[in-house]
Parts: sequence; C-alpha cells; structure tokens
Amino acid sequence: MTQNEIAISVKGLKKSYKNVRVLTGVDFEVRTGSIFALLGSNGAGKTTIVKVLATLLKQDSGDVTVNGFDVLSKPENVRQSISLTGQSAAVDEVLTGRENLIMIARLWHLKHPPQVADDLLKRFGLTDAADRRASTYSGGMRRRLDIAMSLVGRSPLIFLDEPTTGLDPEARIEVWKIIKELAGSGTTVFLTTQYLEEVEQLADRIAILHKGEIIVSGTLAELKKLFPPAQVEYIEKQPTLEEIFLAIIGKKKEK
Amino acid sequence: METTKNYFFSDMAVMLGRSMRHILRSMDTIITVTIMPIALMLLFVYVLGGAIQSGTDNYVNYLLPGILLIAVANSVGYVSFRLFSDVQRGIFERFHSMPIARSAALWGHVLTSLLSNVISIAVIILVALIMGFRSPAGVLSWLSVAGILALFTLTLTWIAAIAGLSASSVDGASAIAYPIHFLPLISSAFVPTRSMPSGVRAFAENQPVTSIVETIRALLANQPVGSKIWVAIAWCAGIMLVAYFFAMRAYKKREAR
Ligand SMILES: Nc1ncnc2c1ncn2[C@@H]1O[C@H](COP(=O)(O)OP(=O)(O)O)[C@@H](O)[C@H]1O
Ligand SMILES: [Mg+2]
Repeated sequence: MTQNEIAISVKGLKKSYKNVRVLTGVDFEVRTGSIFALLGSNGAGKTTIVKVLATLLKQDSGDVTVNGFDVLSKPENVRQSISLTGQSAAVDEVLTGRENLIMIARLWHLKHPPQVADDLLKRFGLTDAADRRASTYSGGMRRRLDIAMSLVGRSPLIFLDEPTTGLDPEARIEVWKIIKELAGSGTTVFLTTQYLEEVEQLADRIAILHKGEIIVSGTLAELKKLFPPAQVEYIEKQPTLEEIFLAIIGKKKEK
Repeated sequence: METTKNYFFSDMAVMLGRSMRHILRSMDTIITVTIMPIALMLLFVYVLGGAIQSGTDNYVNYLLPGILLIAVANSVGYVSFRLFSDVQRGIFERFHSMPIARSAALWGHVLTSLLSNVISIAVIILVALIMGFRSPAGVLSWLSVAGILALFTLTLTWIAAIAGLSASSVDGASAIAYPIHFLPLISSAFVPTRSMPSGVRAFAENQPVTSIVETIRALLANQPVGSKIWVAIAWCAGIMLVAYFFAMRAYKKREAR
C-alpha cells in the first residue's frame, strides 16, 4: 500500500487514564475509501481511540497518523481533514436544525452557508423540521442532524463513534443507509460499534478491540472463520460479542 | 496553521451569535438578568423607599449602582450553565475537532457574557431614567462607570467559567451563583452601612461589592471618588486574574490532554 492509500495508521498506541490502562498497544491501518469498523464492548476503549485520532486526546506512546499527518505534531492539518461525530449527538438544542448547520458551515468558512445547510437538510430528510429547535427532534432526527453537521466540511475522513447506539431499529437502518452512501461517494468511514450486525451490514474491514488490544482484524469473511458456528436452536442465533471473544481467544491459545 | 489565526474574529462572531441566541430564547434568563433587577428597583423605590434613610434626596440615584451589580451577578449562573452544557453535550469536542482556534469556544462565552450585560444594563438605566434617575456625570465619569462594570462582569464571568468547566453536574455548575447573589445584598447597595449592626457592617464595608457600588455612585453623582476606585479596581483585577488562571487550567484539562 502506498502512503495515499492509508487514511489512518496506528502503531503501538498506548493510553492510560491515571492508573487505568485502557489501551495497551493498539495497531491497525485503515485504507482510504473503506468503511472500517472498530468493534468492542462497552468500556473497551473505542472512544479513547477515536479521541486520539481526532486530536482531542494525546496518547501516552505510539505512532498515529491520520491522512498522512502525525496527530501530535500536525494536529491542525489533521483537523482540517477530518470530521467527528461523537458518541453523544453534539447538536445545539436551542438552535434550529438549519441554524446548527449554518453555524458549522460558517466555522468551516464556506462560501454560502445557507445553501450548504439547505442541501444537507434535504439530503437528510430534515427539510420539514429545519426551522424547529433541535430539542424537539427525535433521537433519530438528532443523530441525522449530528451526522449532517459532520458532513458540512466535506472531509475525506469521518469518524462515527457508536452512531446507532440508542436508536430504534428504523432510525438505525436510516443511519446505515447514510453511511453506505457516504462510503459510496469515496469518504473514508471510521466507525465504532458494539453490534456485530452493524459490522456485517457496513464494514469492509473489522478490528475487534478487547482488553486494550486489537485481538483480531480482517475482512468479515476472514473473521467469520474464527467465529463460533451459529447455533441452530429454533431460530438461528448470532453469536454474541462475548462468545466471539472467547472463541477467538480460545483458538489463539490452541495455536 | 495561519488560517486558524486569520479567522479568529469571524469564528468568535459565530460563537457570540450562537450564545446570544441562547440568551434571547431563554425567558428564564431574561427575567432573571433584566426584569428581576427592575422589579427590585421598583419595589425598593416605591414600596420601601419612603422608609429608607439613604442620605440622598433621590433614592433611585442611590439605588441604581447596586441594582446594576445585581443584574450582573444574576447573569453569571447562566454562564456556568451554558459552559457546562457545551462540555456535557460534546459541543466543545465538536468545535475542538474542527480547524478553528481552540480558545474561540471559550472566549465566545466570555464575550457573550459581556455583551448581554451591556444590553441588560442599558435597559435598566433606561427604566431608572423614567423613574427619575438623574446624573450630572460627564463623559469621562460615564466611561469610568462602564469600565468598572465591564471589569466586574469579567471577574464574575471567569469565576463562573471555573464552575462551568469543572463541575460534574448541572447543580454544581449553577451553585456558584448563590454566594455571588448574596454579596450585593450585604453591602451598601440598598442602605448605607452605618445602619447595620457592627459585625455585618464590618463585612459589608470590607467586601468588594461595597467599594464598587460606592465608586459607581460617586462617579454618577459627580463627587470625588477618592481611593475607593482603586480599592474597587484592585479587588476586581486581583480576583479576575486568579479566576482566569483556574478557568484556563480547567479548560485545558477538558481539551486535549
Ligand atoms: N477521562 C477519563 N478518566 C478516567 N477513565 C476514563 C476516562 N475516559 C474513559 N475512561 C475509562 O476508560 C475505559 C475506556 O473508555 P472508552 O474509551 O470510553 O470506552 P468505549 O468507548 O469502548 O465504551 C473505560 O473503562 C472508562 O471508564
Ligand atoms: Mg464509547
């Protein structure tokens, strides 16, 4: 792979909060234009990784480059080339949907903020709600506005930290659709999730974070070989994340 | 990168516009920072005023400086609250992951506090004029009054910022407002300190609000301010520097660690 094909490169990433060791040596690469999913249970350290990549948090050690820029020495360049949709929908609830988008467009110093806002409102099915305060939005609408705000800057790389957690199934499917469209237009998507199903729906490549390390990464097909077989009870039951960890850790030990 | 610096003021304008909307859309804020002080002024002048021996023939003239400080003091709980919700909702994180000056988000709140107080103070002075407030003060005195009020506002704003940035709950963030609300009440804002019992009087005469109130009162009455003005400025500047230091520390702790 050449430099341009790698959107994110993480080598030996370590991070502790006071005396809690959260990341003990994380390595992975994300290819430009792909959807990369970081799968891990609650508290695994997914948000910590996203914050390091988005220059919100400094790592203790390890080499991290985003779009070719080192996060520690070139944070401004990194910020210029990314967008973050954090774990909680970071919309201004007092402002309307339109005002939220115009605000972000102004901060990106774009030419015609109202036009940018209108286009995104339409694309995300928020035109009817555009002039209502975001506090009146449903969870799904809020998340859509949140993602729309992240697309204002037309960044080539977007981080989505658990974009569907807490959404009802219908809203979740809408967010999946948005993510697929994004990737279709060439944007690199870095996604974190707790749901195996989401990974199956979206991701080109997957990394599983467990106990501070990436315990396995690859394409879905490659990973499936490691998964425990689906149990046939009355219905076919997906293995849980925990069962997958156990199976993978078990297989590694056998080797 | 250079672009970030070039855009600092336009970014600040966006931040300012945003939080001014927060204020103008919150009836609660408007009532507390403008209507409540005006109501207090009406109450004191028309209900209690006859019984108060202020030593001036025009009680509105005596009362106005204290009312202005109360308006400012009432506003800072909301500064904490707005900062706290930005931190809590991840809005600061969104701004900090964008290519804009890191400090713009915080300074936006500080400027908003200044601007909103300028507006509410102007409204209150207008009402006071209708109620019979008159001042022989010249331009220079008015500018000094404006300067002292701005300094007082900034001082309380930076104290509020510490609370808003380091609190772990909404209640914690707003709790800072209570002691601040109290200071104008135990000062010479409403009645001269000589009428107070000795313990209270000692506190009232030596706390910052009294020196600020009396400086503003003297300036507006075109009387010599003496050393009061320096005591007032020293109080404000001293507290502000300390508060600024701790607020910035809390802010840095919140952003990239
Ligand atoms: N600021 C912090 N201070 C101390 N511990 C933290 C802090 N942020 C996160 N943690 C801890 O680090 C671990 C990983 O957190 P996080 O990255 O948020 O996980 P995830 O996003 O996978 O749920 C958790 O145990 C969490 O409690
Ligand atoms: Mg998380």
